[in-house]
Amino acid sequence: MRTQAQPIGGPLLTRGYIVLLTLAAIGILLILWRFAVGLGASTGLSDGYPLGLWIALDVVTGTALACGGYAVALVVYIFNKGKYHPLIRPAILTSALGYTIAGASVAVDLGRPWNMWKIPTYFWSWNLNSSLLEVALCIMAYVFVLWIELSPAFMEKWSVDGPPRLQRVSQRLLPIVNKALIWIIALGMLLPTMHQSSLGSLMMLAGPKLHPLWLTGWLPLLFLMTCLAMGYAIVVFESVFSSAAFGRRPEMPMLINLQKIAAWGGLVFIAARLADLAYSGNLHYAGRLDLYGTMFWIENVLWILPLVMMLAFPRPTLGSIFRGAMVVALAGALYRFDTYLVAFNPGPGWHYFPSVPEMFISIGLIALELAAYVAIVKRFPILAGRTLGA
Amino acid sequence: MSTDRRGFFKNIAAAATLAVLPATAAEAREKKVPPSDAVGMLYDTTLCIGCKACVVACKEANSMPADIDGYGQGLYDSPDSLNQYTKNIIQLYRDAGEESFVKKQCMHCIDPACVGACMLGALQKGKYGVVTYDVSKCVGCRYCETVCPFNVPKFQWAKVAPKIVKCEFCKERLAAGKEPACTEVCPRKAVIFGSYADLLDEAHRRLKNNPGRYVPKVYGEHELGGTQVLYLSHFEFEKLGFRFQQDESVPHLQQSVNHGVYKGFIGPVALYALLGAVMFRNRGNSEKES
Repeated sequence: MRTQAQPIGGPLLTRGYIVLLTLAAIGILLILWRFAVGLGASTGLSDGYPLGLWIALDVVTGTALACGGYAVALVVYIFNKGKYHPLIRPAILTSALGYTIAGASVAVDLGRPWNMWKIPTYFWSWNLNSSLLEVALCIMAYVFVLWIELSPAFMEKWSVDGPPRLQRVSQRLLPIVNKALIWIIALGMLLPTMHQSSLGSLMMLAGPKLHPLWLTGWLPLLFLMTCLAMGYAIVVFESVFSSAAFGRRPEMPMLINLQKIAAWGGLVFIAARLADLAYSGNLHYAGRLDLYGTMFWIENVLWILPLVMMLAFPRPTLGSIFRGAMVVALAGALYRFDTYLVAFNPGPGWHYFPSVPEMFISIGLIALELAAYVAIVKRFPILAGRTLGA
Repeated sequence: MSTDRRGFFKNIAAAATLAVLPATAAEAREKKVPPSDAVGMLYDTTLCIGCKACVVACKEANSMPADIDGYGQGLYDSPDSLNQYTKNIIQLYRDAGEESFVKKQCMHCIDPACVGACMLGALQKGKYGVVTYDVSKCVGCRYCETVCPFNVPKFQWAKVAPKIVKCEFCKERLAAGKEPACTEVCPRKAVIFGSYADLLDEAHRRLKNNPGRYVPKVYGEHELGGTQVLYLSHFEFEKLGFRFQQDESVPHLQQSVNHGVYKGFIGPVALYALLGAVMFRNRGNSEKES
């Protein structure tokens, strides 16, 4: 696919970048330590709260924030809005990095990660009832799909100035990948539809341990809706951030429209959620102002806030859509975090708070993701648009 | 913007379709019944004297290490709950003059959440309906712990190569024609072994012959879809730590929804075909405008 994307260029090792690398290095050292001492000594996890920060934040929330590629691909390829094409490469890049980091988090979290290879290969043992199996297989496949979707960005550069062998391979492969891309991208929309909804199904199986304000047969649908809203929001967030950090001119009209989708999506989400709770007769739990009722309303307020902000300030500015996108991302993150940790009650006597190494491993992996993002956009044609003032 | 809005409504239509699917499929899943060769245990709080012979026998039969983290202060085995060293435990409930012992171990659910959760079937409903564990298929994800309504599966947190620890009904002893270690040693026959059907009959016989002695129900006959370990108690079951009294099994909701959406994998294949077809129709457009 032809593109106007250009590498940003410029020096890599800025001061901020060194901070990122330091955090990443701390995270990686702690990961090595975690494998040496086991999960009991390195985390706050317990038999009551066997899933913690790494799953609720890095996987469940992180992959939703990595749904920008999915969300924009829907706009460009399904709703046929070709003009949004410049947004796609950076969105796919954040998706590829986000999902790769989520996969890494899972490997750190698993007790027996050396058995991971059996998940895709022991197909005769697959438990087709397991939402987690579906999530695992889909995410593994999706990481591959995302990097293939992104591979033209690398090959375009390498086919011009790569080392001779890489140059030859890139020149030969680029047209093949470009031709197959349509079916790969279709797969890149199917897989998130499946596993993002299954991340919701997964907690349906917690059954009565999950608070009734969160436990519903609509969990898969609600999770799908949140990942789309978060996907649009993160593209806005990232575009505004890139424009500020790298001095690019932002694609304002498009970003405004994406933010509109995200904001109205919040309203649809709340409507669906309240309707479902009213129908199931569990809405009365929302009237109790205990921890659960309070969190429920904080989530709902965050979901409606972007729309209120949008309607209250009808002339969107870069700042206003940035703030709106941040609130959408926060709303979705909180909803997902609550579903996995706050609304999950294993019974009296159990408590969970992540340990310091647990937090630094999460921080380190996120820093690694950001560092990779910056390095790739500086060296490869990802971001489109003109340099500001040039 | 008008076209965006149209796309937006299309999204809603698609979402609505997805939502209707589970709703229509929800009644389709049949209630699970115990296998015909199902074995079970029946525990009776009025007979248990809390001697913990069953706890010791369980540890010996399963070669479990002593739990010296708790009250034993490093000197003797003293688990206070099911944990990574303990597959069977006697606990004491005490409140305002009321007292009762209660035995805890895997309930061997008729429709177990852990089996529904387990990716590669490391946890399975095996022979006699016993829920067994095969470490070679376990990745240590701990999803079984998350979903178990009885908090039974435990994880070896202290180990670098951790396994899941849970009662497997002494499956090796069963295969050798013996009963589980805990039922064999119980001096008061507070916990007895037998076929599931016989034990259910026995439980109802005790309820009928001793009116007023028990809370008038057999816990596990209906609760959470039924369990192969059955309980009679002289106190409310909630007080003894049985948090949930619902009849619906835990996997019922999730599997009803998933079977609706993923039936025959038609849904995903159709969606892929649809996405591909729409993209094929739109081809060239994104390049033209970019």
